[in-house]
Amino acid sequence: MRLLDNFKDPQLCKALLERIHSELDGELRFMEVCGTHTVSIFRSGVRSLLSDKVVHLSGPGCPVCVTHDSEVAAFLDLAGRDAVITTFGDLMRVPGPDRKTLKGAQAEGARVKVVYSPFDALKIAQDNPGDKVVFLGVGFETTAPAIAATVKAAREEGVTNFSVLCFHKLVPPALEALVGDPELRVQAFLLPGHVSAIIGVEPYRFLARKHGLPAVIAGFEPVDILQALHLFVTMRKQGCVDVVNAYTRVVSDTGNPKAMSVMDEVFAPCDALWRGIGMIPNSGLAVREEFAAFDAMRVFGLTLRDVPAIKGCRCGDVLKGKLSPNKCPLFGKACTPAAPVGPCMVSTEGSCAAYYKYHV
Amino acid sequence: MCLAVPMEVVKIDGKTAEVQIAGTYQNVRLDVLPETLEVGDFVIVHAGFALTRLDREEAIATLKLFEEGLNIALT
Amino acid sequence: MRVERVLLDYGSGGKASHRLIGELFVRHLGNEVLNRLDDAAVLNISGPISVSTDSFTVDPIFFPGGDIGALAVHGTVNDVAMLGARPRYLTCGFILEEGLPMADLERIVQSMGRAAREAGVLVVTGDTKVVPRGMVDKIFINTTGIGEIFVPVAPSGHRARPGDVILVSGFVGDHGLAILSRREGLNFDAPVLSDCASLNHLVVRLLEAVPEVHVLRDPTRGGLATTLNEIAGQSGVECRIFEDRVPVRPEVSGGCSFLGLDPLYLANEGKFLCILPAEHARQALDIMQADPLGRDAARIGEVRAGHPGKVVLETPLGGTRLMDMLEGEQLPRIC
Repeated sequence: MRLLDNFKDPQLCKALLERIHSELDGELRFMEVCGTHTVSIFRSGVRSLLSDKVVHLSGPGCPVCVTHDSEVAAFLDLAGRDAVITTFGDLMRVPGPDRKTLKGAQAEGARVKVVYSPFDALKIAQDNPGDKVVFLGVGFETTAPAIAATVKAAREEGVTNFSVLCFHKLVPPALEALVGDPELRVQAFLLPGHVSAIIGVEPYRFLARKHGLPAVIAGFEPVDILQALHLFVTMRKQGCVDVVNAYTRVVSDTGNPKAMSVMDEVFAPCDALWRGIGMIPNSGLAVREEFAAFDAMRVFGLTLRDVPAIKGCRCGDVLKGKLSPNKCPLFGKACTPAAPVGPCMVSTEGSCAAYYKYHV
Repeated sequence: MCLAVPMEVVKIDGKTAEVQIAGTYQNVRLDVLPETLEVGDFVIVHAGFALTRLDREEAIATLKLFEEGLNIALT
Repeated sequence: MRVERVLLDYGSGGKASHRLIGELFVRHLGNEVLNRLDDAAVLNISGPISVSTDSFTVDPIFFPGGDIGALAVHGTVNDVAMLGARPRYLTCGFILEEGLPMADLERIVQSMGRAAREAGVLVVTGDTKVVPRGMVDKIFINTTGIGEIFVPVAPSGHRARPGDVILVSGFVGDHGLAILSRREGLNFDAPVLSDCASLNHLVVRLLEAVPEVHVLRDPTRGGLATTLNEIAGQSGVECRIFEDRVPVRPEVSGGCSFLGLDPLYLANEGKFLCILPAEHARQALDIMQADPLGRDAARIGEVRAGHPGKVVLETPLGGTRLMDMLEGEQLPRIC
């Protein structure tokens, strides 16, 4: 649609950049918590056009990066069993505790298939009734409803050889944990547009009310991002602190109640482990008892095992905005996209990986 | 984190719809879409699912704000 | 209906093998050199030659715009031509999976014959092995190409110099997306054909007119981005690319957008990059654009000294970012 191309318009971006730079008083340290924002800010060149006073920080916004070592170990355990693993491409190169990956498991004979949609995984199960097909469920609130809907469809269609290994994560509890850290050095939050399309505005209100932090729900085109930055500048100028929905073409203030209810029908909140951060209460999703037959944890009797913390890795500080990726002693040396050590280097959307890949 | 793109609805068929972007077509599930759809609508697609309908009026309104606030003419 | 299939006997060297060679390979690929069917081919070449070998495996073996047979000819012909040579001869080795439908094999060999004739090369020797079912995926083909170098100094990835300009012969990413659109687990339909084609006639014309070309390279696996990184590394220069000047079909960008892929990393099988001094760029572009295989050629960037070994992309907003080499194959992603 031609209309949407306007959100990439160079002239508009230039005008917004000028406004941001001329109206900004002091330093603006903003954090996004969405890997798609991370990549968009680097790829569009926006980052290279921001003045030194506008500091871009990437928080724990990549569901692949925050998938815990012990969860990756569970994927890999499963790959060693008699099952067909179906997954989003994102997880293929994520290293487990002993640096093994699904790619490596595939080379050793595991049956691993990359799919675009969880529904494609269900179809593989239906086409191969003799195989046990497992889908690796990762992602935030954007992705969880799709997987819940797939589980519901599997039950409706009487599919008995399909299950989901569910390691979904929820954004607001992670934000809450993050802002609770007194050492956090962030002045404003760029909120994830597509998560917000599902959960709406309400779950973020505490940022402004409780913590006095301005936040803007933004889309992913360069104009969307610059608009959000300009809103931060304007709020500061006017002395107001609010949570603003600037992605109104996609996000309704109340979110998507239907998606929420599908998600709630299949999953229940649970405590979850985040790579680089640790345990965050009620920040994950577990398959409800009624859908136990589709829960790979139960079907295969899997448990999460303890894995040692990664030595020397400062991802925790990077995720909190305390350390720039290139200041970590491992960055680009012991830790590269080819051999990632910490979560931020794992996926292309991780803050360290994006820095490594795009920063000139 | 969540790659999702607007695609145009070409055909609606119960729980699925055919959508396109620049001549590339795919079928998406409508299980979690809250709105009813019409051919020609745009939906935000993520992992083979339509998440929500794109609100054209809101897109126009946002751009209008820019045109007025920044004194820029957009096409 | 019974489907006639490739049997292990066809690779035995006995009568079955001879039948396959006579009825299939010689029929579609035959010429005065191959038809002698001696242990080796006798070639008459003088001067410096360019030799390249490549093994082809692709899933699916038939894809929109081509098949593994045509690909095995085009791929090697192009590699030979990029060194400033006229490709003359090809050898080809087949590894076939027992049970491959004969009709598929015939279609592939026929397509190779057509591609070789169009490229003006002779298949001079070949080999066939059949392995038990499951030992290979349907068919693997190896081809080696030999060509006569006709330029005084061969183009090379080491010769890019600051001040040179970077041209590409047309739309990038077509082959990669066409293949992906037929992969299991990805259901989408793109009206995109593989660009697979032999570029030698165009390349010969270009180099005869503009022998000053410094680098010629076909950006196959890993796409434009990977090839530019190779060149930047080999020559110790910066390749600066202007994103909005790189020709990408809207259908390819569209398909890439929802799969989370970057067209600049998708494979091409009928495109080349040409790096040469700025004063010859116009002439080179005119020659490329006059040929159907180079109709959409464009000037996409320039060689600089600033960041040696790196590829820097200038975005439509005027920002810059690195265009790094990928770790491995691009995978569809949700993040």
